[in-house]
Amino acid sequence: MEEKLRKIGAEASKALAEAGGLEELNDIRVRYLGKKGELTQVLRGMGALSADERPLIGQIANEVRASIEKELASRTIMLKDLAKEQRLKDEGIDVTLPGTPLPRGGKHPLTIVTEEIQEFFLGLGYSIAEGPEIETDYYNFEALNLPKDHPARDMQDTFFITAETLLRTQTSSVQVRTMEKTTPELPVKIIAPGRVYRRDDDATHSPMFNQVEGLAIDRRITFSDLKGTLDLFMREVFGPKTKTRFRPSYFPFTEPSAEVDISCVMCGGKGCRVCSHTGWLEILGSGMVHPRVLEVSGYNSEQVTGFAFGLGVERIAMLKYGIDDLRVLFENDLRFLQQF
Amino acid sequence: MNVSYNWLQDFVDLELPPQELADRLTLAGIAVENVIELGKGIDLVVTGRIEEINPHPNADKLVITIVNTGEEKLQIVTAATNVKEGDVVPVALEGARLAGGLVIKRAKLRGVESRGMMCSGQELGIDQKTMPPDQAHGIMILPPGTPLGRDAKEVLGLNDHILELDLTPNRGDCLSMIGVAREVAALLGRPTRFVEHSFPELKESIQGQVRVDIEDPGLCRRYIARLIKNVRVGRSPLWMQSRLRSAGMRPISNIVDVTNYVMLEMGQPLHAFDYDKLVDHHIIVRSAVDEEKMVSLDDVTRELSRDMLVITDPSGPVAVAGVMGGLSTEVTENTTSILLESAYFNPVSIRRTSKTLGLRSEASLRFEKGIDIGGCLRAVNRAVQLIYDMGAGEVVNGVVDNYISPISEKTIMFRPARATYVLGLDIPKSEASNILSSLQFKVQESGEDLLVTVPSHRVDVSIEEDLIEEIARMHGYDRVPATLPYGSSTQGVKTPEQSFRALIIDTLAGAGLHEVITYSFTNPRVFDLMNLPMDSPLRDAIKIQNPLSEENSVMRTMMLPGLLAVLANNFSRRVQDGAIFELGKVFIPSGIGNTHEERSVLAAAAVGRVGGSWKMPPLELDYYFLKGVLERLFSVLGTDPVSFHRETANPVFHPGRTASIEAGGRKLGVLGELNPDVLERYEFPERVVAFEIYLEELFAVLGRRNVYRSLPKFPGIERDLAVVIKREIPAGDILKIIRNTGGELLDSVSLFDIYTGEQVSEGCQSMAFSLKFQARDRTLTDAEISELTAAIASELSSRFGAELRG
Ligand SMILES: [Zn+2]
Repeated sequence: MEEKLRKIGAEASKALAEAGGLEELNDIRVRYLGKKGELTQVLRGMGALSADERPLIGQIANEVRASIEKELASRTIMLKDLAKEQRLKDEGIDVTLPGTPLPRGGKHPLTIVTEEIQEFFLGLGYSIAEGPEIETDYYNFEALNLPKDHPARDMQDTFFITAETLLRTQTSSVQVRTMEKTTPELPVKIIAPGRVYRRDDDATHSPMFNQVEGLAIDRRITFSDLKGTLDLFMREVFGPKTKTRFRPSYFPFTEPSAEVDISCVMCGGKGCRVCSHTGWLEILGSGMVHPRVLEVSGYNSEQVTGFAFGLGVERIAMLKYGIDDLRVLFENDLRFLQQF
Repeated sequence: MNVSYNWLQDFVDLELPPQELADRLTLAGIAVENVIELGKGIDLVVTGRIEEINPHPNADKLVITIVNTGEEKLQIVTAATNVKEGDVVPVALEGARLAGGLVIKRAKLRGVESRGMMCSGQELGIDQKTMPPDQAHGIMILPPGTPLGRDAKEVLGLNDHILELDLTPNRGDCLSMIGVAREVAALLGRPTRFVEHSFPELKESIQGQVRVDIEDPGLCRRYIARLIKNVRVGRSPLWMQSRLRSAGMRPISNIVDVTNYVMLEMGQPLHAFDYDKLVDHHIIVRSAVDEEKMVSLDDVTRELSRDMLVITDPSGPVAVAGVMGGLSTEVTENTTSILLESAYFNPVSIRRTSKTLGLRSEASLRFEKGIDIGGCLRAVNRAVQLIYDMGAGEVVNGVVDNYISPISEKTIMFRPARATYVLGLDIPKSEASNILSSLQFKVQESGEDLLVTVPSHRVDVSIEEDLIEEIARMHGYDRVPATLPYGSSTQGVKTPEQSFRALIIDTLAGAGLHEVITYSFTNPRVFDLMNLPMDSPLRDAIKIQNPLSEENSVMRTMMLPGLLAVLANNFSRRVQDGAIFELGKVFIPSGIGNTHEERSVLAAAAVGRVGGSWKMPPLELDYYFLKGVLERLFSVLGTDPVSFHRETANPVFHPGRTASIEAGGRKLGVLGELNPDVLERYEFPERVVAFEIYLEELFAVLGRRNVYRSLPKFPGIERDLAVVIKREIPAGDILKIIRNTGGELLDSVSLFDIYTGEQVSEGCQSMAFSLKFQARDRTLTDAEISELTAAIASELSSRFGAELRG
């Protein structure tokens, strides 16, 4: 009987070693260890054994069962691993197939630039002011020290609605509106982004374009504060290596006035086609708010000073993105817009 | 203003290269746009006299000339027709280089040897419009006495540089050589060289020979006349012609050239009348009478009006003051006496007049910026001296100078402390004083401050800030430090509306739409394209008085035409699918007075389909796409509940595929497919969907949103419900009933399937809803949910005859 048991053990061990699948293992388990399995069958014959033999055979039988169970367990683990491995292999996908296309939209580059400008000045404590696009002659010109028949009105060819209303030619129109509302409170720190209109339409002029006006009014705001603020701004927008240059200029509503140039973003100031080989790019107009503008807005120009600047969003967007044709900004070709 | 470097040297020593001078000026506020080297690249061109002209044996259109260059006689074959024997011309020798890079070589023309070429002005880089008409297309002919064999560049003043100034409108004083010289002298710290003009005068006096009356002193504060007799009209000397050309003016005759030359040099426009043609030799300066007429120098009859200033004699106008002369008193070859006018006219009046007449001249340009009233006499004397020096006339003794109200000199108190307050930079009083003196301001100490007298040519300086700018710009803007404002710090915040607008743009861009920016003005014709009835209020657009074209002549009252134009443009470029939006304003006249309303509108339009791949079908950019976009937007913004109601009567849209968008009792806008008629007019082969949302209305229904609701502690339970229901019943109504019946325990409902076809009776559809039930305080039981679902089904059945589907 002992021999029989050993034989069963050896057979089971062999069968287990040869089994290729989990089902087969189960069959083996049933065949040897099941209720009707071979080992059980053999043990049923134990009754015929003598009392001396019984413990010995019993022990052997247990050894054989334990050994089969152990092998069965380890084989099961192994085959399970193999099966899992195979399943994962079978589940492989072509990772190079294109992904699910989600529709992609985007903001207009002029909006992106305007927002960037806004964020910068919000961070410096400026608020955002707004004004009408159909503006009175008063806010667009008169109050800005540009009486009718002033030669400087030629700088801005104007669309008129009536004799006294017009499409604003500059976001500077928001200056006096804002100060009137704020006076006598201080400080006034605003930027005013928006559309402006001039009667020009050629390769470098669009009859509608976008400006951002800046205005800071307080006691003891100086020209050097204007320089510092714009210097910081230009480095923020065009990179930390950007240099600024202030040139004397003329705007009726600022005195002193300054045109601001930045070192050419294309050549870094060495001179190229974009900067007409000067190394500099004209970027905005600015100056100290003219005393008359402060006075019409209700501030005492002896005590209160301030600076103002106006920048063209298109110009900045073109330089920033290397756009060489103003008109593409308003053509709204989707292939253009998709690039932003 | 074009400034000749050599001419400038008459008044100040330069001793620095033209480009460097240009940079210095630019940084001082006199922007130099360009530095042009005259005669650049031109070499080996000399003066020569044509000795002979003989026919060419083999060509009718060519002649053979012998040209004497002083050293040799060259045989030159030419096709030129404007030359004759004895003419002195510029001759390009063998090996010469001309403007445009042309190199002259010995050549045979139809078998005859030619050793050089006679040059036109253009070939020497001279602007064609500054050439006399007879030489504009032929060889340039030099005055008869011009020495031979000289370098033509030298003779023609081409060894020079031109500084092209881009002057700001306040610096009218720099529309003259002496004005620029003053700036340069101050910048370089050198003196100016302005000489007195002297000339002998005839014994006879101007008194009794010229009478000047100014009727309106407000419009003409000074009028000077001088009388010149024995005038010989002819050509001006070559040096003068060259200088006029360098400034872009065409030489005409010695007298006219002198007036132009003095204007360029001193900034004072002058006018020469034929003295003998002035009736009674009597000048009357007055306003014109309405419908008065004058034939101007260009032989055009000008109709004048009462707001124009005219120079008249007793018979009528002889010139529009400061703008243009009259033909009747023009200086001609036969003129023997001239009256020279040097006057100061009111800038505003000149500006209006030249605008009304559409005449902008070099003279009016200067008058309207304000000339130096103190310089009128010097200028006329300079002209007289030039005329005398070139032997073109003799001057009668004396001057008629009507200087009605000599302007008292402007004085300004300059406080160095104030300059520091404004500039943020300490400038010592002594430096301020030096700078102002160098710019020819008179400076007097006055305690801590300076009492400054403004010279008459600086009409732009009138307040202390102007002086501060003068000091800052001469000191150098680059030497002002860069600081940030100190003191009261403020918080920069956006208004809620500004934040919402940014959120709207972000949301739509994130949903797959591209933002566009279109013009705020439009073509009134779009109202027809958009199907608007004639009485539609949207046709009442604000008109631009002076549009660039009809196409952009009214302010938009709706956004959609702009968006459709964008899609149409893209279509024509074969970009046929896409969704776009714009957030902008429409302009509504409010009827009373000049006021109007500007309304912010969010509009979108979409066409075609996007995406689509091996894995999923393309996303149709249809009604439901834009509706989904809006639903997301409303959810992101947190609006009150929004509902969509069919709108059938909007002419812009498809009557069966359009919804009015409503919330809180307000109409937020419209969403729909465009009317087929509109699509046809825009030639869209495909359906286009669009919406317009009025932001003011949208902002009014923004709920007090985003109060955190704690997450449910008990699981929600989902249950599907499918019903067969008549197709004409709007889904919105069904959903409303489901929500109302489900009450508080119904957390959400979504429609996940619509089916028509087999097993669904004619005219009906099967709609499958997923219902999610949720109680805050307990787990709902199956029985509760079944009861609720049954209640919903029964309500649908009784309201709409819906049948529960198994
Ligand atoms: Zn560059």
